Amino acid sequence: MASRSTPRFRFTQRERPEASERPRTRTEQLLTIGLFVLPGAVIYTMFLVFPIVQASYFSLHDWNGLGPVTDYVGLGNFERAFQHNVFLDSVIHSLTIMSLSLAIQLPLAIMLAIMVGRKLPGRMIYRSIFFMPYVFSEVVTAIIWLFVYNPGGGMLNTVLSSIFPGYVPQGWLANREIALLAVFFVITWKYFGLHMILYMAGLQSINSEVEESARIDGANELQVLRYITLPLLAPTIRLSVYLSVLGSLNQFVLVWVLTAGGPANATQVMASYMYRFGIKSFNLGYGSAVAVVIFVISLIFSIGYQRTIMRRDYAGSV
Amino acid sequence: MAEALAPITSSPRAPYRRWLSRGFQYLVLTALAFIVLGPILTAVLGGLKTTGELFAEPFGLPTIPRWENYTDIITGELFWRQLLNSAIIVTGTVSLTLMTSALLAFVFSRLVFTGRELLFNFFTLGLLFPVTIAFLPVFIQVRQIGLIDSYFGVILPLVAFGIPGSTLILRGFFRAIPSELEDAAYIDGCSTLGFFWYVLLPLARPALGAIVVLQTIVSWNEYFLPLLILTDDSKWPLTLGIMQFQGQYGTDWGRVMAFVSLLLVPAVLFYILTQKYIVTGLTGGELKG
Repeated sequence: MASRSTPRFRFTQRERPEASERPRTRTEQLLTIGLFVLPGAVIYTMFLVFPIVQASYFSLHDWNGLGPVTDYVGLGNFERAFQHNVFLDSVIHSLTIMSLSLAIQLPLAIMLAIMVGRKLPGRMIYRSIFFMPYVFSEVVTAIIWLFVYNPGGGMLNTVLSSIFPGYVPQGWLANREIALLAVFFVITWKYFGLHMILYMAGLQSINSEVEESARIDGANELQVLRYITLPLLAPTIRLSVYLSVLGSLNQFVLVWVLTAGGPANATQVMASYMYRFGIKSFNLGYGSAVAVVIFVISLIFSIGYQRTIMRRDYAGSV
Repeated sequence: MAEALAPITSSPRAPYRRWLSRGFQYLVLTALAFIVLGPILTAVLGGLKTTGELFAEPFGLPTIPRWENYTDIITGELFWRQLLNSAIIVTGTVSLTLMTSALLAFVFSRLVFTGRELLFNFFTLGLLFPVTIAFLPVFIQVRQIGLIDSYFGVILPLVAFGIPGSTLILRGFFRAIPSELEDAAYIDGCSTLGFFWYVLLPLARPALGAIVVLQTIVSWNEYFLPLLILTDDSKWPLTLGIMQFQGQYGTDWGRVMAFVSLLLVPAVLFYILTQKYIVTGLTGGELKG
């Protein structure tokens, strides 16, 4: 800008009258902004914001979804939810899936990213395989696993009985004790690749010379990992934890197709509870209250997490 | 520099230990690859088997391939109609999401006005409410405005829930385009719309590709919205079709696996072709293909 050459200057001089004919006035600019924002704003408000606001209104009513909304019950629906053991259990199940994801899925993803992310020959093949289930629909994934877990001659039972001679076939999804774990395994199968990809991207932004210099200073591989790699990976870990928590709270389709929340509500999660006791039993007022509870939990977690833990990354990554 | 360091760093570790750790790495990775691929391969092979064969030897090749598992499905009219329905939902969702979020991302990355960040935060708030938990309020709203049994009843909510993430991704890419280009375009007499259309969009093609691919996956895979909103089963997409099929032939696993494979194989091909875009979109362009 500072070093304008003469021809360029002449050019702008010549163009000047025309430029002033087309003044970028305030109204014109506002009009542009308005026109650009409008289509997105209409769809977003109508089908995302408004339904959620409306749900908080319905949540205060007893409403079967058919007649007019007249039966005001105050916080009655919320009281009912918090007194319903099945709902409380479904919250616990969602939290269990969340804790398992954080304790098992994320460390696994980090480990794999470190293994695959370095100069290992054939790493692209492994990366592609691990990430592949991410693109499959949850319905297709769940049907495949219904076969794997099939109590009769499912793949898992066949494999296990060929490895261990006296093995008794299990009904993996029919057993109250292990059904939730079996569901969690499928969730991990489908989503660990996503987290691995995030960590691989994080690792790529780490300057490997820092790790090299630690090795020269005599650090062993474990120390390099603990004191150099993981701290430098911290922004990615914080993002991955965030996505994992929200993802776990929102698990639904896999659970529904695999078990429909059964056996005897042993795998009911918050969203499947809302479907089962809100929509399927024509209790849209009550279902809305459950939706509001889920939203509030997500919102509190999100705001708290972003304000405290992710604050440092905010400017850069998001 | 790096070459000079290499011999120093590798010398403290004896070669046999490197081989050992390499071997261990491959062992772990290959074992996991089998866990990931096992169910997929079983499903694809299983489509050619009888249920008995599938139960007895999940990994083996079928003795006599039962092609009729496949041909029964693809000669029927139902499969193709459901494929068409899926295609309608995907096309509508992807094109509308792309259009609306590109315009929004442009405003949030390139135009300056008071309240911009506030408005942007309003649009990203939607990230907290994925459609998997918001389906009940959405269902009520779609019913109120009379879009039950209309493709738009599925498409418009999917667009609404796709806008926050897509806008966020595109905004990041638009911001990375140097402002000198913008100045140059305006000096040359480009209008705001002209700059957006002729300069910004062509430059952001990888990001737009990522949005197309990610939204295709989301809308192709959507299950609950069509279930609630499309009561007329002639409008059902394949996700509902396969559930219906599974309900019908539940115990004939060979047939079910044939249907599964008909969805799985295109998904794998799509994945192989578009992996680059998916990774770009999910990691903000940080991870190189």
